[in-house]
Formats: sequence, C-alpha cells, structure tokens
Amino acid sequence: MKVPFEKLDKAFENRLRLQIMSVLMVNDRYDFNSLKELLETTDGNLASHLKGLEKEEYIVVHKAFLGRKPNTTYEATEKGKEAFRQHLDALEKLIRQQKAN
Amino acid sequence: MEEKNIHDDLAAIRSVMERSSKFISLSGLSGVLAGIYALLGAWGAYYFVYGHGRARPYYAVDSSNLTDGGLRFTYIYNGEILFLLLIAVLVLLASIITGYILTKRKAKRKGQAIWGRISRSLLFYMAVPLISGGGLILVLIYRGVYDIIAPASLIFYGLSLVSASNFTFTLVKYLGLCEIVLGLIAACLPGYGLLFWAIGFGVLHIIYGSLMYLRYDK
Repeated sequence: MKVPFEKLDKAFENRLRLQIMSVLMVNDRYDFNSLKELLETTDGNLASHLKGLEKEEYIVVHKAFLGRKPNTTYEATEKGKEAFRQHLDALEKLIRQQKAN
Repeated sequence: MEEKNIHDDLAAIRSVMERSSKFISLSGLSGVLAGIYALLGAWGAYYFVYGHGRARPYYAVDSSNLTDGGLRFTYIYNGEILFLLLIAVLVLLASIITGYILTKRKAKRKGQAIWGRISRSLLFYMAVPLISGGGLILVLIYRGVYDIIAPASLIFYGLSLVSASNFTFTLVKYLGLCEIVLGLIAACLPGYGLLFWAIGFGVLHIIYGSLMYLRYDK
C-alpha cells in the first residue's frame, strides 16, 4: 500500500502553521502575543500565516479590548481540527510505510 | 517530503503542544529540598513542643498526657502557637525561594517563560484553594481550634495541587490526592498533627521531587 503525499494538507506544509494549529488543538483560545513568544517568530510572519489559516477557515479570530489595548485571540474551528487530525494520520502512515521499506 | 522532515514536524507539534498548555519548568529538585526543610522544621517543632530536648523546661510536659509514642493527646498551648507559626512561615519562605530560583533556572533551559499565561493560570488555580484554606485556618487559630490546623492545611494544599495540575505534570495531581487522603486521616487522629505534617510536607515532597527529578529534570 502506498500513501500518496497528496493526503498531506497543503495548508500545513509550513512548519509555523503546523505549530499554530498544534497550539490551538490543546488550548481553547490563544492570543497573538503569547503565540509570538511561544513560537519565537516575528509579528509579520505570524500574522501572515494566521491570515492563511483564517482563509482556509481552520481558525477564527476574536478581537476584543483589554482596557484600551486590543487583544486578539485565535480559536481553531471544527473544520481546522478535523484537517489537523487527518494531516497527523497521513504523517503517521508515511512513517509506517518508510519503516516497512 | 523526507523522513527527516516528517520527524521534525512531529517533534515540533509535540513540543509546542506541551509548551503551550503545560508549565514544564517546575523543578523536581526544589520539591526534594522543600521536603527536607519541612522535615527540619518538624524536627525543631517536635523538640520544642514535646520537650525532649533542652528547648523547654521539663515541667511543661505533663506525662499523663503523653501517648505511647511520646506524642501528646492534648493540643498546643497558646504561647506555643506563635513559635510554631514562625517555623512554618520560615519553612514556607525557604521552599518558595528555592522553588523560584530552581524553576527559573529550568525555565531558561527549557526555553519557557517563567511568567506567561500558563504560569499565571497555574498560580491562580493554586492560590484559590490555598488562600481560602489559609484564611479559614487563621480564623480557627484565632478561635483556639488548633487541632484543625494540620488536617485542614494538608487538605487545602492537596486541593490546590489537584486544581493546578491541569497546567503542569500529572504527577502533581497524584501528590495532591495523597495530601488530601493524609489530611483526612490526620483529622481522625487529633494530637498527631505534627507527624502528619512531617509526612505530608516532608516525606511526600521528597518522594515526589525525586520522581520529578528523575523523569523530567535532566
């Protein structure tokens, strides 16, 4: 049995997107600054990948204010979680296949 | 995609999931040290209260009040409570300072911020039972109900560990459950409070700290 690479989700090809999704799988919501700190990335880079995931409808954005400071949090959608699980399954299969060879 | 890439992906997922939801920088070694401080404190308190050493005159101990184990049926006198509180506060302070220093060191090594959203949640969920328990105990001390101190402090400490354990190693949850059970046993045996304190804050911390150290500190 051969697992085609197409099974892997293109949206998760980028390591940072994969990590963002991982965070949102285990945390209901996560804010922008904490994400930036955790993933050790820049504002621009993080923002553009968050946009990408939002466009896929894998995450939703919540904008709120903490006092006067804007506080943006992100949450994974059911669609996003399902896609992430399938991506993990595909990775698992690929590994098993490589071990068999 | 090559094998190396897949493994890197999986490692990245695993590490981020863990670091984003759990405070993995708690130091096991600080648990062991806190246990040792507690045992030293208990030893000092024992000599002070039961007068086996020269810390207090012999006449203060009424031997008719002693059980076979040399522990006392009746409770602490008013004058003693301040000194015991002082020992307890010293042990607590030493433990907190040691814990903070060692945890900070480990956080640096693990690349985790010591003051972030996870450690904030951890402290909050720990503080709620601790402060309610501490307040209750202070009120009861004021009203002279001393035999509640040991069981209540063990139970509330256990509750605080269980409630904080969602944000760190699962081991902390089991430590909390042990403290609660110990507190309930202590409640059945008034007069043995010091012994249960030594077990709960001393022995259990040393066991848990060693397990943490062996599993996660390296």
